[in-house]
Amino acid sequence: MKTTADVRSGAAERRRYNLFWFSSPQTFFPLAGRLAPWFAAAAAVLAAAGLYVSFLLAPTDAQQGESYRIIFIHVPAAWMSMFLYVVMAFWSAVGLVFNTRLSGMMANAVAPTGALFTFIALWTGALWGKPTWGAWWVWDARLTSELILLFLYFGYMALHAAIEDPRRADKAAGILAMVGVVNVPIIYFSVKWWNTLHQGASVSLTKAPTMAATMLAGMLLMALSFWMYSIAAALWRARAIVLERERNSDWVADYVRTTR
Amino acid sequence: MSSVLQTLGMVVYRDLLIAFRRRSDLANTVLFFVLVVSMFPFGVGPEPNLLRAVAPGVLWVAALLASMLALSRMFATDYADGTLEQMVMSPVPLSVVVFGKIAAHWLVTGVPLVLLAPVLALQFDVPQSAYGTLMASLALGTPVLSLIGAIGAALTLGVRGSGVLTALLVLPLYVPVLILGAGAVDSAAAGMDVSAHLSLLAALLIFAAAFSLWPVAAALRIALE
Repeated sequence: MKTTADVRSGAAERRRYNLFWFSSPQTFFPLAGRLAPWFAAAAAVLAAAGLYVSFLLAPTDAQQGESYRIIFIHVPAAWMSMFLYVVMAFWSAVGLVFNTRLSGMMANAVAPTGALFTFIALWTGALWGKPTWGAWWVWDARLTSELILLFLYFGYMALHAAIEDPRRADKAAGILAMVGVVNVPIIYFSVKWWNTLHQGASVSLTKAPTMAATMLAGMLLMALSFWMYSIAAALWRARAIVLERERNSDWVADYVRTTR
Repeated sequence: MSSVLQTLGMVVYRDLLIAFRRRSDLANTVLFFVLVVSMFPFGVGPEPNLLRAVAPGVLWVAALLASMLALSRMFATDYADGTLEQMVMSPVPLSVVVFGKIAAHWLVTGVPLVLLAPVLALQFDVPQSAYGTLMASLALGTPVLSLIGAIGAALTLGVRGSGVLTALLVLPLYVPVLILGAGAVDSAAAGMDVSAHLSLLAALLIFAAAFSLWPVAAALRIALE
């Protein structure tokens, strides 16, 4: 016969070995609350280091002068904009395949951060383009496909917002996210496929980067910082979404009562 | 197998029949195409060289909008009167029904655009050597528009403000078709080789035909849940 203590230790056991333990909104909520500040702190520290390296240590570019320093924001933001779309599509796919509630909430929590980074990439790109190309905007393959990425984020959020039932909204917007993921390789390879105005990648996994080591360090620090920020923001947003969607459950009522 | 083909035939026949019973809807799409194209000379001025330069883009954007506006008819009426539910419950795979409906949508909206485009190109003084390419690019491109558009139409079923939302979802996905289609006509007008553009359009068509039926079927099931 099982005693209550047995059942409890069994639950602890499952919790230790089962990754899916945290796939329930109720168990995810405190975990996200505990992790998010750490990611936010890491983002702040990395950003401070990254900004120091990129604005004080990194040398002035021989051709572009000081204006090149925009890339320390621009390139990591562009990376994150594409990466977060893939993350969003991944959670959407998980949600559609396993029919889990939390996956849709995660996808939904990532979307605004992704759109934010897409916008930052486009905006800083315009600021960089004016002194370098002499125009705020050119209809270049990479710029255009990044703009389409922004529209895809907006489309995802608009579709999600338009459907009343959150579960149906998760699924429908999830399909859209998965369809739109076709665009990500197009953006990434656009500078290779079409020889247009936007310069090719300076950083690649397979060959040595074509930039000074301190510049690369600054860029990677900033990218890591943006990455940590995205995780922290997504976790906090997911917490808000969990609270909103589970507002009729007992544990949320308890939580709200104790925190008030 | 034969029952699948039979169903496919029935779906296409049924949708075409419905379309021809409501001929005014059919005419509206074509009229919209003609009107949008005719707006441009008023907007940019009647300068022949300018019109010749913008013609491929104008014709393609107008075709894209006309095809998109007709999307709401693809599933909405069947969804409203419950026919769609019956189709989902039938033993034939839903993607077959979806394929039939997309084919019917293309026959009703895509084909008239292909046939009408040269007449409008004439008004823009497009070189006559480019007419063949214009029709070929539209013939290859408009089915892709119907295939991609079906995803947007299925996702927005029963959603408030679905018309504008469909545009928001579908237009970004139309961009590759627009670039390649208008690019083909541009190259033809400049006397250059168009086989690369047309091959890529054909590749897009095959890709869209292979991969868009699943999301549409999934979206329809979600809408009917």
